Amino acid sequence: MPPVAAASSTTRVHWSLVFRQAVLEATAAFALALLLFGPIVGLVLDGYQVRNELQRPLLIAAIIAAGRFLVTLAMHAPTGQAALERFNARRRQPGVLVVNASESDRQRWWLLAIVAVSLTLPFLASKYWLTVLIQAMIYVLLGLGLNIVVGLAGLLDLGYVAFYAVGAYGLALGAQYLDLGFWSALPLAAMLAALFGGVLGFPVLRMHGDYLAIVTLGFGEIIRLVLNNWLEFTGGPNGVSAPAPQLFGLEFTRTAKDGGVPFHEYFQISYDPLHRFIFIYLALFLIVCLMVVVVTRLRNMPVGRAWEALREDEIACRALGINHVLVKLSAFMMGAMVGGIAGVFFATYQGFINPTSFNFFESALIVAIVVLGGLGSTTGVIVAALVLTILPELLRAFADYRVFAFGVLMVLMMIWRPRGLIRPRRRAFEVKGLCR
Amino acid sequence: MIGDPIHPPLLEVAGLTMRFGGILALNDVGFEVRHGSISALIGPNGAGKTTVFNCLTGFYKATEGRIALHTPRAAIDLIQILGQPFQASDLVNPATFANRLYYKMFGGTHRVTRAGVARTFQNVRLFKEMTAIENLLVAQHLQLNRNLVAGLLQTAAYRQSERDALERAYAWLKVFGLAEDANRLAGELPYGHQRRLEIARAMCTGPRLLCLDEPAAGLNPRETEQLSELIRQLRDEHGVTILLIEHDMGLVMRLSEHIVVLDYGEVIADGDPHTVAHHPAVLAAYLGTDAVNDDES
Repeated sequence: MPPVAAASSTTRVHWSLVFRQAVLEATAAFALALLLFGPIVGLVLDGYQVRNELQRPLLIAAIIAAGRFLVTLAMHAPTGQAALERFNARRRQPGVLVVNASESDRQRWWLLAIVAVSLTLPFLASKYWLTVLIQAMIYVLLGLGLNIVVGLAGLLDLGYVAFYAVGAYGLALGAQYLDLGFWSALPLAAMLAALFGGVLGFPVLRMHGDYLAIVTLGFGEIIRLVLNNWLEFTGGPNGVSAPAPQLFGLEFTRTAKDGGVPFHEYFQISYDPLHRFIFIYLALFLIVCLMVVVVTRLRNMPVGRAWEALREDEIACRALGINHVLVKLSAFMMGAMVGGIAGVFFATYQGFINPTSFNFFESALIVAIVVLGGLGSTTGVIVAALVLTILPELLRAFADYRVFAFGVLMVLMMIWRPRGLIRPRRRAFEVKGLCR
Repeated sequence: MIGDPIHPPLLEVAGLTMRFGGILALNDVGFEVRHGSISALIGPNGAGKTTVFNCLTGFYKATEGRIALHTPRAAIDLIQILGQPFQASDLVNPATFANRLYYKMFGGTHRVTRAGVARTFQNVRLFKEMTAIENLLVAQHLQLNRNLVAGLLQTAAYRQSERDALERAYAWLKVFGLAEDANRLAGELPYGHQRRLEIARAMCTGPRLLCLDEPAAGLNPRETEQLSELIRQLRDEHGVTILLIEHDMGLVMRLSEHIVVLDYGEVIADGDPHTVAHHPAVLAAYLGTDAVNDDES
């Protein structure tokens, strides 16, 4: 920062110096912007000709220079100084907040309200919004699962979509070959995904950081390529259809297909295709709530603490008698299991799946959800999953800029909230009579 | 070195050799640590002290040698439980083969801690983003109810196990004067507190032998004094045997009953503080041969 920045709000600001500074910085910004935008925006390829449109980069650079000038001036004004100070103070705070149990008790009413709203929402929403909500919930589930692996255990997994695929194909192929229904496939597919998690976990036990990320990335692609190319078994790019869920043998179709009774006939109401989605939504909501409880409890259990300890320092973990191999494997398997469950719901709600749903972009999106939410924060992951799935639907008009906006969001977050939207919280422990 | 077969020492190290490629880091190191003693491992920089520690605590697999921990129940071979490579003789002896296979699969550093050897690190290795008390809870991992189903259903047995762990953790925090810091993040604590917390964490694993790697590094004289009191208290009241590496000679001489001096990966002296302090080889190693010769002439 320039020397003027040192001047506190009590001492007089030397405006002539600040002004000079601002002009200098604005000029530099102008030159840089011109350099950057000149070739990109200024030279337009028109047929076989290159057209010169220099006024456009000039305009952009002028706007940038003016902005820079104003920002520099504002930063030296007392209010700007105060804002800067607040921003820096927040960055200096520790990344993790320790909260008392009584503070988290107060959130119980909020929780109740959220559950009530979530339960009434499907009955009010249109089919389009219902599917959006289901999709959002599936991402919440995926986020929760990957949060175990990345957020708690600190193992960067870029191939998480593989377990999602295993769950989805577990339902579809289970129905095709073993005649499994939705509810019998759910636990089996989850276990199958956990098994795949273990299979992946084993070879990568010795790896850390970047190497781990690359290997898991490869694993995710392998699963997708196998699904794509094993035509006889998976149907390849043609995909497979997945069965719809049933409620104790009641089908959500106009006429009975699998020998059951249609839902609307049983209850003597008129047929509405929405019933099927409402049912999926409610079942999914139940599972998400269950998973939130499971993940919250896991965090406070010995295994959850061991995951976090492993993220903090693997060597210290070994010195404390923790078998890091088992701890890593359990994290991979737990995460994979949750991913598998999400996959089953994805398949049943789509009714049809093919390998294109499980590409790398999905993995990246799930990692983004976990990072955006704040590594290790359950609430943060839920909020981030909802934001990243519902916001693009609200901003359909700007669909072309979705990935661009995504990148901007990430960059801004790294500046303002490097630890995620919601600061990770830890529970404070109290022992009666012991801590005074 | 032949120990008393009826009252063997707690730790017996014999012929310990460690090679890193062509470098001989340890050469035929042998010493003993008696039950309930405070022993020190000293030597100039690069003498191989930390290498010995890493071999003892299972972070390095010794190239050759024997490390035995004599617990009341059995003598545990600390090298075997790390998992050793298979040998040709295993083909004809299925028992040793099965043994080796078992430790290959389930062995490792964590086994050494389970056998009763805990350690701290030269550069403090706490779980920085966890609270002090959570650091101690992690250390009790093996003593807790780790059943997933019990934990998810929060059964009475599980809750009791967690309560006990919490109480044990608080008890240790009090011993180390850290009760105030229980719910602070370990990474935020002052350096001296972090050092003590690391020892408290090692104690939470319920060790027989506590290995402290330069516990006084970076502490001021007053903190060092407190630390030596604390170490003595651990030995006297909590029945743990202590082996430490330390550069602060004052602390070593005051505290320890038995000193092993290493230089260039070999034991050059071994005995009580007085003997070691006057041992010519030790003087030569620390002050240089010329200094000793000048002194003698």
